Amino acid sequence: MTETTTNEVIISCKGVHKWFGDFHALRGIDMDVHKGEVIVIFGPSGSGKSTFIRTLNRLEEHQEGDIIVDGIELSHDVRNIEKIRTETGMVFQQFNLFPHLSVLKNITLAPIWVRKWPKDKAEKVAMELLERVGIPEQAQKFPGNLSGGQQQRVAIARALAMQPQIMLFDEPTSALDPEMIKEVLDVMVELAQSGMTMLVVTHEMGFARAVADRMYFFDEGLIVESGTPHDIFHNPQEDRTKLFLSQILQH
Amino acid sequence: MAATEVVQETKRPPQPPGLLKWIRDNLFSSWGNTLLTIVLLPITVFILFSSIRWMFVGADWRVVTQFPLLYTVGQYPRDEIWRVGIGLSLIIFMLGASWGKWGGLLRSISIAFSIVFGVFALLPVQHPELDLGMRLYLGANVLLILVGYWIGRIQYLKGGHIVIGWSITPILAILFLSGFENSSTLPAVGTTLWGGLLVTFLLAAGGIVLSFPIGIALALGRRSSLPVVSAFSTIFIEAIRGVPLITILFMFSIILALFLPSESRIDRLVRSLMAVTFFSAAYSAENVRGGLQAVPHGQIEAAKAVGMSNFQTMLFITMPQALRAVLPAIVGQFISLFKDTTLVVIVGINDFLGIGRSIINSDPEFMQLQVEVYLFIAVVYWIFCYLMSLASRRLEAAMGVSSRL
Ligand SMILES: Nc1ncnc2c1ncn2[C@@H]1O[C@H](COP(=O)(O)OP(=O)(O)O)[C@@H](O)[C@H]1O
Ligand SMILES: [Mg+2]
Repeated sequence: MTETTTNEVIISCKGVHKWFGDFHALRGIDMDVHKGEVIVIFGPSGSGKSTFIRTLNRLEEHQEGDIIVDGIELSHDVRNIEKIRTETGMVFQQFNLFPHLSVLKNITLAPIWVRKWPKDKAEKVAMELLERVGIPEQAQKFPGNLSGGQQQRVAIARALAMQPQIMLFDEPTSALDPEMIKEVLDVMVELAQSGMTMLVVTHEMGFARAVADRMYFFDEGLIVESGTPHDIFHNPQEDRTKLFLSQILQH
Repeated sequence: MAATEVVQETKRPPQPPGLLKWIRDNLFSSWGNTLLTIVLLPITVFILFSSIRWMFVGADWRVVTQFPLLYTVGQYPRDEIWRVGIGLSLIIFMLGASWGKWGGLLRSISIAFSIVFGVFALLPVQHPELDLGMRLYLGANVLLILVGYWIGRIQYLKGGHIVIGWSITPILAILFLSGFENSSTLPAVGTTLWGGLLVTFLLAAGGIVLSFPIGIALALGRRSSLPVVSAFSTIFIEAIRGVPLITILFMFSIILALFLPSESRIDRLVRSLMAVTFFSAAYSAENVRGGLQAVPHGQIEAAKAVGMSNFQTMLFITMPQALRAVLPAIVGQFISLFKDTTLVVIVGINDFLGIGRSIINSDPEFMQLQVEVYLFIAVVYWIFCYLMSLASRRLEAAMGVSSRL
């Protein structure tokens, strides 16, 4: 658990619904996230975890309910959307680095063109971030020449370069070879301890135990159960939570 | 000592096979192969030998060598020909400056141009059109490339300046070539007098430079969420792709003239250029659209997630990856555009091929020499097309088309 949690609510979701055509993917999600909190979201495949965190930066549009991020209500207003996206960083399962740009350019592109920073400031910040994720020597390489773990660390640095208030992670270690998972988790743990507000979709229960403030168990588009890691691991209330935990903790 | 020598022996990389081994592996590897070699070798040697003999003994190349200016500029008035020279020199200078700035492929192109100019300047033959003035002009162009290179190396000259230079150059060159009504220093020269390689290059370069942005706009238009824009783009692309270039050339050169009042008549070379441009744009659009579809959706999401606008996402993320993926197809499209410009002969424009035909038709004696003329023209087209595909391959390698995607 982190000691950096505050009382200020930075994300507030009320009755969020989302349909893909006729398919009801999110069926009324309520969640309040405080500044500095680390939230772990877990649950079976197809339960709506990705869909949910993607509604928070409007990569998916919700159709019912209210989402307020950093005081800004998510609506159709395009300026609101771009504002929120500069305040939230996102890390994807498949890294999604820009293959035609060097590592350094991947990181500096948005600060230069969206935040309008001068190039040298953006590059200085980028190098500091590469230092922080442990791969400053890779700055001039192209993403295709990096290992999966290194790529994901670049992706984290790219998201951090915009100096966001909130970081969203969608299964950041699921596409990695086992020996590379730790190097990415280490970076995420350090980030959590530094006070960043984080929402992390993951099945890395060691990570959850170490840094999560609250955990949410998703199933079929609903939050089935939530609580502190201690509650979830030692005293789960719902049968579905128990069953799911027993399945993933077997490994 | 002995031990290390053995180690070195085993570490030596495999040697390339010798000539004898190559012959054995490729020509005599089996009974069938040996038989094929025995039958085909004499035929090949015979064809090679007789064509070389024809080239040096049988053929009469005067039909080619007599009219170098005709082949290059057509009927452009000989008194005004210095204006073509200035236009060419502007381009040569910009080429040198780009070499200085960017190097790479531009270096090879500059050197190739210098060698060609230098060789013609010093050619040890008597020729009325290769007089001292012409030789000096050719030699000056070699110097001009070097001056351009030297200027391009200047520190505070940025790539942007060179791009601006390149966008002004063709406008200046065209103004020089066409001249002005009522001017005594630059009297107007109608495009009916332009011809030869000059027209071929104008149509090809103009078509490439103009059709590329139009093609990109059409590709984006076809994917647009605005129904009017996407319908217009789709109809435009499909209409043009459904019709042969010849038909489009006829439409632009005849039908357009019928519709427009005679005062606002568009020059016929411009009409042909429009036809070639729109034709190529429709095909480029489909290439670009294919490239856009090949960019994974995760790329767009990643760009959006860092707050980039739709326009920035297209400019920095989607379009560069799309163009890189379809670069070979687009260059292929440009090569066929270059060859397709020969069709303008049909609407009465004397491009390079057209000049060849008019030379043949100008004298019954030349009628006997058609083979020489067409062979010469074919070789020239081949050289330029081959250079384009060579450039494309170099560009692909430089951009890492296959490795970085
Ligand atoms: N773009 C889409 N179109 C249609 N259905 C989708 C789309 N994205 C997700 N879904 C469906 O929504 C459900 C939730 O998906 P997702 O949020 O990706 O689940 P999770 O991340 O928990 O595995 C799944 O059944 C999935 O098939
Ligand atoms: Mg998912």
